[in-house]
Amino acid sequence: MLAVNFLLLGAALFCIGVYGVIARRNAVMVLMSIELILNAVSLNFVAFALMSGAIDGQVFALYVIAVAAAEVGVGLAMVLMIYRNRKSIALDELSEMKG
Amino acid sequence: MLAAEAAQLSSGWFLENVWLIALIPIVSFALIIAFGKHLPMKGSEIGLASMFASLVLATGTAIQWIQRTNSASGGEESLGMLQAFGRSMPRATEGEVQPFIEPVVHTWVWWSNGPLEFGIGSSASGLSVLLLWLVAFISLLVQVFSLDYVRGDRRYTHFFAAITLFSGGMLVMLMAPNMVQLILGWEIMGLCSFLLIGHWWEEEANSRAALKAFFTVRVGDVGLLVGTAIIFFGANAWAVDNLDSNGFDINAIQAWALSGEANSKFLLWGAIALFIACIGKSGQFPLHTWLPDAMAGPTPVSSLLHSSTMVVAGVFLVAQLYPVFWQAFDIGQGSLTFIAVIGAITIIIAALLAFVQDDIKKVLAYSTVSQLGYMMLGLGTGAWLPAVFHIFTHAFFKCCLFLCAGSVSHSGSHHSFDMKKDMGGLRKKMPITFTAWIISTLALTGIFPFAGFWSKDEIIDNVGNNGYTFLMWVGLGGAVLTAAYMTRATYLTFFGEPRGAAAGEHNGDEHSEEHEMEHISVGAHEPRSLGAAANAHGADDHDAHDDHHASDGPHESGPLLLIPIVILAFFALFAGLANPTPLASRFGEGIESMKKYVEPSSTPVAFEDVIATGPGESIMLVDGRVSASPNAEGAAGGEEGAGHSSGCGFDAPEPGTACFFPSVTHAEPSFNKILLSLGVVAAGYAVAIAFNIAFYGRKNKHLVGLTERSKVMRGGFLFLKNKYYLDALYENVIVRAVAHPIAKGTNWFNQNVLDATVNAAGEGARRTGVWVYDNIDQRIVDGAVDGSGWIAEETGHGLQSTQSGKVSQYGALLFGAAAVGAIVLVLVNVS
Repeated sequence: MLAVNFLLLGAALFCIGVYGVIARRNAVMVLMSIELILNAVSLNFVAFALMSGAIDGQVFALYVIAVAAAEVGVGLAMVLMIYRNRKSIALDELSEMKG
Repeated sequence: MLAAEAAQLSSGWFLENVWLIALIPIVSFALIIAFGKHLPMKGSEIGLASMFASLVLATGTAIQWIQRTNSASGGEESLGMLQAFGRSMPRATEGEVQPFIEPVVHTWVWWSNGPLEFGIGSSASGLSVLLLWLVAFISLLVQVFSLDYVRGDRRYTHFFAAITLFSGGMLVMLMAPNMVQLILGWEIMGLCSFLLIGHWWEEEANSRAALKAFFTVRVGDVGLLVGTAIIFFGANAWAVDNLDSNGFDINAIQAWALSGEANSKFLLWGAIALFIACIGKSGQFPLHTWLPDAMAGPTPVSSLLHSSTMVVAGVFLVAQLYPVFWQAFDIGQGSLTFIAVIGAITIIIAALLAFVQDDIKKVLAYSTVSQLGYMMLGLGTGAWLPAVFHIFTHAFFKCCLFLCAGSVSHSGSHHSFDMKKDMGGLRKKMPITFTAWIISTLALTGIFPFAGFWSKDEIIDNVGNNGYTFLMWVGLGGAVLTAAYMTRATYLTFFGEPRGAAAGEHNGDEHSEEHEMEHISVGAHEPRSLGAAANAHGADDHDAHDDHHASDGPHESGPLLLIPIVILAFFALFAGLANPTPLASRFGEGIESMKKYVEPSSTPVAFEDVIATGPGESIMLVDGRVSASPNAEGAAGGEEGAGHSSGCGFDAPEPGTACFFPSVTHAEPSFNKILLSLGVVAAGYAVAIAFNIAFYGRKNKHLVGLTERSKVMRGGFLFLKNKYYLDALYENVIVRAVAHPIAKGTNWFNQNVLDATVNAAGEGARRTGVWVYDNIDQRIVDGAVDGSGWIAEETGHGLQSTQSGKVSQYGALLFGAAAVGAIVLVLVNVS
């Protein structure tokens, strides 16, 4: 089993995620893309842990999953509030963060 | 008390927790200040409750102290309440050595400085227990009196707060186990006397009187600090070596003074400095001038201040540190002491001044000064017990007299204290006040069997017995004068025709004019005597009274005023029975409870029995191991009467033992001496009554106007009227001669030396400043600040376009930056 397989899959997932974050207008899709990025990173952690035999990477992956769950919770709440206010979740119409 | 405990010195909860007696009023002070105004009785209920609690605790303490003393001297009988008050207590059998009853001490470390630790707490000895009870008792009655007397005053709450703290300060001082706490209580009292004397500070005379009292006492306080320091440096080494205590501890100071190893210079200068403090506080000549002016305060304050607190503090200090004065002034050798001379002078000059006062309270004030002179005379000649006993009896009848004066002014003379203008003939209108006044007057003048007789005659008798024949005659002369001026005051107030307000009329204009006419420097009348016309302050608080009096004229006071007066009159009648020395030969010595319970025993105590509870805390004896020392024959000296000169205070105690009290002598009462003093006083009364009736009653032509006709009489009158010109001396001569040149010199120095220096420094600083401003500030600092601001501004403009608020753009920037970072990282790691 080659590490490069895992790393290639991780890189592909990461790129899809980055594309989604930058290019999609739908906020939910952006959140899902962020999940993809995080999962790509988790995959890399697990892969390296498998290669080296140390358990640290797997523990780290668990932490990333937990943080990701929390992050999605907060993100979906924000999306919900945005939808209630604007009846739309199109991100290109939003410029509230302009400062 | 069980027989098994016979040898044990009993103690108890009350004796261990004496500190509560002082803590309660001090906490109450804070409570009254904080919450008083919102309470239904405006805070007075807290004051009354605290004084009542203190009185209960003090009574418990007194009973336990009596049990403790009894347990030391055999303790073969059980104690009932009646016996606890000391009527039928069998005394230790003759010849038996009376052991030293050590004080019950309870202290905490207050603060420490290097190896020195200062304790704060309580020390219950016979003297302090007696006076603690006395202060709590008098304070409670005075507060009850105040309830009605100051009702409606605009600072009613503050009055009760201050008077409660005042009592608290006195209690703190009385229970002090060391000099530091004593100074603390002493100064609390000084502060409160200022607050209370200046209670009606809207009148300038009152605030001046308050300032005068404060500053005069401060002059003496310097002596207290200096004396404490001198005694500390003298006693500290001895106390640390022998008693494992320090030089602030009062018991250690007592033992040091009597140890025979005390440096006589330290003793002498320490005693003189401490006595100067007593002169200031206890109104002795020549610092007595503040006491009569202190009459500017409300009458309850005068009453409290002149009976049991404040002025007694100085006498207490001498009595408490008696070994120091005993050794320093050689009282045991019968030498003419500083204390005795000052006391004797005070008796006479104050009594003479009382003759020319028109203000009833000022007569009483000078009477107090004169009586304090008796106490000092007693202490200065070795008559410790009679002097302390006189504190006790004097408190009752003097407090009663002041409250009577307050009652007269409250209900009889429309808030005036002027005997000549506004009183007279009040005995029928105010029978209860009149009766109490007469009882107290008889007590004050020392008529058998009233309280003053037992104490004052004892002082005079002991003074003579200790070899001071001249001073004994001074004391007798003072007694004559006392009888005479009290007759004058009584006659003017209660007999003759009603005048002024007492006759139902009142016009305030007369009063204010009279104030102008009296050229006494500080007219310290109560502001209320200014009446309706000069209504500078009393418009809101005394309107009710004015209406009330206009309608029905003089009448008897209400119950709240009369109850304290009646109780005090009762004590003025019977308090002397606490130590009726002349009756001792008939009823046995057990009848002299003061002698038994208050006077410390002069038995030497071995050092091993004295344990220290840590530095800074007081020494204590090992409980239950009170041992008579080897030289017991000298120790029993207190019983031997005149002529003995051995024992504590005469010889140094055996090595390894310490004395805490000198063996003072007690005069054998003799019928002839009593007859002599009573006869002298009776003669004084007879002459005074005859004179008063002739002078004020019948307006005898030969007597009236004598001061205008005879040059000698005129001179004497003016001399007295101006209070021996002492005030003028202080204000015009001393203050002007000392303070003014100093002020002028200081001003010159200030203008010419200090200002020049300051100006030069200022000019130099200005020039430096200008240069620094031009070069460093403007160019370098400002340049740097402006430059960084400019950079930030331009950067901001440049980056403005990135802040679009679009999430996707931010994401792109983020990942772009991450990619750049990753590339840099790879390049760095690879190469």
